[in-house]
Amino acid sequence: MLIDYLPILLLGLFAVLFAGINLALTHILGPKRPNRVKLSVYESGVRPVGDARQRFTIRFDLVAMLFIIFDIEVVFLYPWAVVFKKFSETSGLFILIEMLVFIGILLLGYIYAWKKGGLTWD
Amino acid sequence: MEFTLKTFIFYGFALMTVASALIVVTVRNIVHAAFSLMVTLFGVAGLYVFLQADFLAATQVIVYVGGILVLILFGVMMTSERFDMPIQVKGHIERGQLFLGGVIALALLMLLLTVIANTPAWKNLTDDGTELPPTTARIGELILNGQFLLPFEVVSVLLLVALIGAALISRKEVRD
Repeated sequence: MLIDYLPILLLGLFAVLFAGINLALTHILGPKRPNRVKLSVYESGVRPVGDARQRFTIRFDLVAMLFIIFDIEVVFLYPWAVVFKKFSETSGLFILIEMLVFIGILLLGYIYAWKKGGLTWD
Repeated sequence: MEFTLKTFIFYGFALMTVASALIVVTVRNIVHAAFSLMVTLFGVAGLYVFLQADFLAATQVIVYVGGILVLILFGVMMTSERFDMPIQVKGHIERGQLFLGGVIALALLMLLLTVIANTPAWKNLTDDGTELPPTTARIGELILNGQFLLPFEVVSVLLLVALIGAALISRKEVRD
């Protein structure tokens, strides 16, 4: 069973090494001749105003909370999806409806948040 | 103890978890601490895999790395004006505070070590290569064969309550 995780481990290692080696190589090999213009902040050619590090608007909090809730929903989808094929031979429609009820209840909340204006900016 | 590839990878994950956890508590920059926490949580997920708790490992990655950590970063970015400022302690720490904190931390450590030492199942436990059946499929079966179907659907109602509560609290000013 543990050997089944080897591809995941290798994928993770490969991702880390690929990003790390590329960053290190550009750092070592890239010539560095900085001047004032090169070091200035570039944003679509517009002169930068103020500091980039500002407080983010609190309006994002609903996005964050919606994300967490649907994140937890995925946790329940996962074991369902794993055994779906096994169950589908005998009671496929029934377990499909089970999950549709689960998602449907959450969809009500999603529609509520939508109607409440949670997904629009203003 | 024979030193196989398995133990090598295990110690890799253990080192990754402990080292990044140390960085979390020592580094001054809160964003760096959050990213170091990501490495810790991934390491714990790897340790869950070694414990043959595959559902727990997946949940660890989905909820903690994917969810809680993002929430922490959101919290940092939305509350502090300069989130890359080093953490500073205002005023000076009293000797008594240091002493009390140390005593409590030490007591907790002793408690955990005592529990570890006294759990019979953990004594003389060697890795005999026994492989347990995957937990994810078992959990899925228990939900779908009706035994835990009602709690499963109730969970969605619980999440619905959280969802509506979040929308209600954060968007009160729009419609009123």
